[in-house]
Amino acid sequence: MAASSDATWSAQGTTPDAIEAALRGLLAERHAENEGWVPARALNMIVFEDAEWGGEVANRLRGVGRYHASRLVVLSYSRRRERLDARASVVAEGDPRPGELGLLRETVVVELGERHLDDLYTIADPLVVSDLPTLLWSPHGHHRVVRELLGLAQAVLVDSVDEDDPREAAERACELSREAYVVDLAWLRSTPWRERIATAFDPPAARRELGTLSAVGVRHHPESGIAAMLLVGWLASRLGWEVERLVAHEGALTARAHGRRQDVTLRLEATPEQTVRGLAGLELKTADGRVLRLDRGPGGLHAYSRRPGKGGGADRELRWTMLGASRGEGGILGEGIRQALLRDPTYTPALKLAARLAP
Amino acid sequence: MSDGAAAAMAAAPSENPLVAGLERLPVSPTTLVIFGATGDLARRKLLPALYNLAHEGALPEHFRLVGVSRKEMADGEYRAECEEAIRSFSRRTPDEEVLAGLLEHARYVPGTFDEESAYAKLAEVLDGFEEQIGQPLNRAFYLSTAPAFFPVIVGALGAAGLNERPEAEVRVIIEKPFGTSLAEASELNGEVLEVFEESQVFRIDHYLGKETVQNLMAFRFANGMFEPLWNRNYIDYVQITAAEDIGIGSRAGYYDHSGALRDLIQNHMLQLLCHVAMEPPVTFTAEEVRNEKVKVLHAIHAPSPQEIAEMAVRAQYAAGHAGGEDVAGYLEEEGVREHSNTETFAALRLEVDNWRWAGVPFYLRAGKRLARKITEIAITLKPVPHLAFDQAGSLGIRPNQLVLTLQPNEGVSLQLGAKIPGTRMMIRPVNMEFLYGTAFLSQSPEAYERLIMDAMRGDPTLFTRNDEVEAQWQICDPIVSAWEATPGPLPQYEAGSQGPPEAGAILREGQSWRAI
Repeated sequence: MAASSDATWSAQGTTPDAIEAALRGLLAERHAENEGWVPARALNMIVFEDAEWGGEVANRLRGVGRYHASRLVVLSYSRRRERLDARASVVAEGDPRPGELGLLRETVVVELGERHLDDLYTIADPLVVSDLPTLLWSPHGHHRVVRELLGLAQAVLVDSVDEDDPREAAERACELSREAYVVDLAWLRSTPWRERIATAFDPPAARRELGTLSAVGVRHHPESGIAAMLLVGWLASRLGWEVERLVAHEGALTARAHGRRQDVTLRLEATPEQTVRGLAGLELKTADGRVLRLDRGPGGLHAYSRRPGKGGGADRELRWTMLGASRGEGGILGEGIRQALLRDPTYTPALKLAARLAP
Repeated sequence: MSDGAAAAMAAAPSENPLVAGLERLPVSPTTLVIFGATGDLARRKLLPALYNLAHEGALPEHFRLVGVSRKEMADGEYRAECEEAIRSFSRRTPDEEVLAGLLEHARYVPGTFDEESAYAKLAEVLDGFEEQIGQPLNRAFYLSTAPAFFPVIVGALGAAGLNERPEAEVRVIIEKPFGTSLAEASELNGEVLEVFEESQVFRIDHYLGKETVQNLMAFRFANGMFEPLWNRNYIDYVQITAAEDIGIGSRAGYYDHSGALRDLIQNHMLQLLCHVAMEPPVTFTAEEVRNEKVKVLHAIHAPSPQEIAEMAVRAQYAAGHAGGEDVAGYLEEEGVREHSNTETFAALRLEVDNWRWAGVPFYLRAGKRLARKITEIAITLKPVPHLAFDQAGSLGIRPNQLVLTLQPNEGVSLQLGAKIPGTRMMIRPVNMEFLYGTAFLSQSPEAYERLIMDAMRGDPTLFTRNDEVEAQWQICDPIVSAWEATPGPLPQYEAGSQGPPEAGAILREGQSWRAI
């Protein structure tokens, strides 16, 4: 819905108390204008960003569709900044008719510098709405700051593919997950893949084949190795496999996983042709020769299935498309914000095995 | 099921280990057949819902669509009609690839609903899909036609052997209205259940697919604080209102033979009453929830002809003003029969005769061309037993009221008494409001998206069971009969007003209708 009304405030050399008072004032002003406007109270989101990349972060947040945090607190960092400046806005969505209610969303941008980092917690704390869950996102690294603010947040948004080293990415996410719920965009990009694999093996007769998987191959964007490891980690954790560390072999990363009945060959391969982050394709093979392949494509995941013919007959092959539109990076970030209010019990076990797989 | 499949099942894990943590559970490969494929409901609701499910990746991995209708047309023309409907009515702009993928295999079977050859052709198309995919597909027959065709289609599906399929599920989804009287509903149930098992039948009451209605159960059964008050000891009366500010529009053909009682009260509003009055189910399985709702309906006493005048009121809207415009009265609307006796407003007083609710009136009110659009449930608590405060000079103390609003703004409001600032102890009512939209990031999905998925998944929780439908009719049927036997003219109320003053006659002393 298009924003129909804004109220703004700004100040230089301000304090968190003054910013919070200004927000209360803006809300009262909006409510006086139209008593149908009420503040949304679903989720706080704290974003710690490098000021020089602030425009890019703002663009990403604008693209999240309908999943906006109800109060967004952006801590915009420039190392040399000495003064605390701030601006706040209260945006009304729609124009409620008499008797109806409309939602207000609040955004605060606080510009700060190196000298404020030691007291960052005391700057952010007064700006979040008490008793609401808070999501913390630091898209430009700043791991020290994340640790500093972790006490304020129940969930931390990360994108494991942002890290150059998959092992470091997995270990860092594991460490964070001990103190907060981790929402990993690399994991969310794989949701349609996990859904489709679960669907393919859902019929009772197909469930039996899960115990006979003998090979898993994953192709991925060159910078999304961790996404492939998370997917394999998910399969391994759900199916009870022990995994070995991946090693480089013939242009790919390979390892073995040990299932209850048999070993499973793992192969992860970067696909330079893939231009967007995430997975490019997946191939699952069973001991009796069934092959299921999923490939990213227009209109959804393009599937290929081959089953060996019975009694020496010809193999049965089938190609089809599992429909679904790409959510785009904006949609993934929006989904990440929404997931801060949910709990997926399968991520952490998958992450732990991804950390074990990472070379 | 074949021996091979049975053996495979025996060896398969009872649960799919891969579904844990997924929000969307797998749905078996399905062919959806829409009877009445070119009708308004299919165009405006069903096809857009299917597109949105496809867009979100929620449809089964193998999904096929077949349209059946009288109009002669080729598959290509049907696909073009579907595309046009989706582009016109989808809640999101279609992704071209997804839209093309959804309609790529769509087929159309022309024919009248009693034409044997149409079902033979349909069977051929369905078998063709299964051959193409190499496995049996579940079949869901969606009856989006005029109600007169429901028994015709169901009978023909049975005669053609399309009511069952080895190694796959066959389901029939039936739109409302499910009969226009108890006799009709019972007869229709009999006809449907001759062909299908009850577990195959999904009777749509799209109100149940609304997130807001499902929230009623969460409100009642996930919050301990209200349960001690939720009974005859603390609740004085319950009012359920479904008011619309619009008239009948272009629906005169349907509405003039239906009226407010059949259109809203017999189904949607009785369902809301059930959600308010039901006991907590032991589990949230379809059967447990529906068992509890049926118990409520059975506890409502069907009125005798003598009681009807005291507990039921009907009226028609007259010319008036709505949204600042002059609007015509019901009898002047295009398509309405001259001297029509159809009510556009109905109000009932019902009682749920059980341990929890004995003596508590449940007021149901539905109407068109009222002051505004609102659907709400208002629960008025009994007044405090002794009042120590002086009420002079203030608005005074009113009994607490809990209002659950379903639309336009889904929320909960609790009316409390509070002291007016000042030196004297004066009290006025204040509202403590909670709006669902303020507390969730997500928007509610369209009711039809949820219901189509549940039907394909085989989850009947949000569908009405046969005994539920008949129990609803048992309550309303005597009123329908009495009203049909009583000549008009009906009491009139001005369009855009609060409804007829006659509605006040069914209220008990000291009780009042909430302002619409």
